Amino acid sequence: MKEIVVISGKGGTGKTSITASFAFLGGADVIVADCDVDAADMHLLLQPDFARGEDFYSGELAKIHPDNCTQCGKCAEVCRFEAISVIDGMHTVDPLSCEGCGYCARICPTNAIENLSMNVGKWYISSIKTGSLMVHARLGIGADNSGKLVAKVKNEAKRLAEETNKDYIIVDGSPGIGCPVVSSLSGASFVVLVTEPSVSGLHDLKRVYELVKKFNLKAGCIINKSDINEKVTQEIEAFLREENILHIVNLPYDEQFTKAMTNGQTIIESDTNGLKQMIVDSWSKIKLTIN
Amino acid sequence: MKIAIASGKGGTGKTTLSVNLSAYLAEDEEIVLSDLDVEEPNSGLFINARMVHEEEKYKMVPEWKEDQCTLCGICQEVCNFHAVIQLGEMIMVFPELCHGCYACSELCPTDALPMIPKKMGMLKHLQNDKLSFIESRLDVGEEQAVPLIKQSQDYIDEHFTDDILRIYDSPPGTSCPVIEATKDADFVILVTEPTPFGLHDLKIAVETMKELKKPFGVVVNRHGIGNDGVLRYCEDKDIPVLAKIPNDRKIAELYSEGKLIYNEVPEVKQELDKIIAYLRTLKQGGVQ
Repeated sequence: MKEIVVISGKGGTGKTSITASFAFLGGADVIVADCDVDAADMHLLLQPDFARGEDFYSGELAKIHPDNCTQCGKCAEVCRFEAISVIDGMHTVDPLSCEGCGYCARICPTNAIENLSMNVGKWYISSIKTGSLMVHARLGIGADNSGKLVAKVKNEAKRLAEETNKDYIIVDGSPGIGCPVVSSLSGASFVVLVTEPSVSGLHDLKRVYELVKKFNLKAGCIINKSDINEKVTQEIEAFLREENILHIVNLPYDEQFTKAMTNGQTIIESDTNGLKQMIVDSWSKIKLTIN
Repeated sequence: MKIAIASGKGGTGKTTLSVNLSAYLAEDEEIVLSDLDVEEPNSGLFINARMVHEEEKYKMVPEWKEDQCTLCGICQEVCNFHAVIQLGEMIMVFPELCHGCYACSELCPTDALPMIPKKMGMLKHLQNDKLSFIESRLDVGEEQAVPLIKQSQDYIDEHFTDDILRIYDSPPGTSCPVIEATKDADFVILVTEPTPFGLHDLKIAVETMKELKKPFGVVVNRHGIGNDGVLRYCEDKDIPVLAKIPNDRKIAELYSEGKLIYNEVPEVKQELDKIIAYLRTLKQGGVQ
């Protein structure tokens, strides 16, 4: 079983549309994992049934019980996150600032502070229209995206793939280079980088690839909207050669992608102009490379 | 006044709006633009300015002093992030997991885990006439953006007075980095695109801003593609739509070259004028 992780560094390069297209092509051979739990959009294209859902708990939040609190202020003294302040004469925790380190609760002389387990979201296993299964999640509002929910989604996808003898897991990662991205890269067999030929696209690609290199992972790259700027496209191609990254395909700027998305479809289901064939070829190329 | 420019979905045009709005405003008044998307900072690619100051940014992490350690195990027990682990006769510290709470260090009975600074990124302060630009850049491999975002805002607080308008180019998403970048803002502009992805992520961003009790408005970028779902949603929920930036291949091309667009595409300037007018009304009416 191979795990293909799609990331981009920069947001809005077409990562989810392309990942969903691969999932559609892979059909029953592919378990899909939407690890962009912070702004999960894949369900809009793959129409999951949300058949099974479970709450996810991760991390803690301090809560001060006023009856036991003597207002001594030791908790606020040790808190490095400025999460405890005095409101109306009472020491109070700001839930948005609390990191859940638990230090305050440990040193409170009257045991007035409790660590509440945090519900950070919900994860699901769904049947999708490709004839396979998808693991996805919804992070709670303002919740800590430490990468633990991402790891949960990935591990469940892995378990399902093993149980049902699937050949592939396709993971839609999140933008950036922080905890959720690190978490989605762990255990990958191959990384697909989706970029666009803009100064930002190239800048972010270089940074995220530096991260991929730290994990010693093999990667390939799709240059989306490649005709928007031929010069930057050439710079990206040169970077790919230099770093020995597989150049998978250049896709033209085409509003078909948006039109398909607006209809809740992947480009494979709706295209008539040849984009479909380019994605079909890309999927074959990726499979050939990793097998 | 502090204006944060945010979005649920990535790639909707936060940076485009931040740099163009800042440069346009800076033709007449002093502006501070800060790129708080420290994982992938892009605003600097559009700003020509000279370097005023550059500094390394550090976070505090514990360092194990073997000769002082009695292997009592308290450090491991108090660390909620598994950043301090006892392995046989060794204490291992994982700095990338450390949140810098100091619990292990201060609760160690023999002072065997003093806190030491560890570099997490760089801050640059640049200047072009009335535009001050502050960029923070997380080192690749560092996982936590929040401490660097916080230190960037502290730098701005120390170096600029409150009467100067500040524009924060925020990270995408709705989790901790976004909260840190927007929680001190007086007003948040949510940039979206009129597609199902844009609408879905806008809804999450709106819920987040409501949770933070922030006043906010929406800017629709690439207006003309997709459908009218975003506009209908904003109308239903009484959310002000401050501007609609047209979908235009020329804008995408200028952006791809790292150029500002408001002087090249007149419709963009008109839409920026609408945003500025809205912000002025807000300022005069006192920030809600």
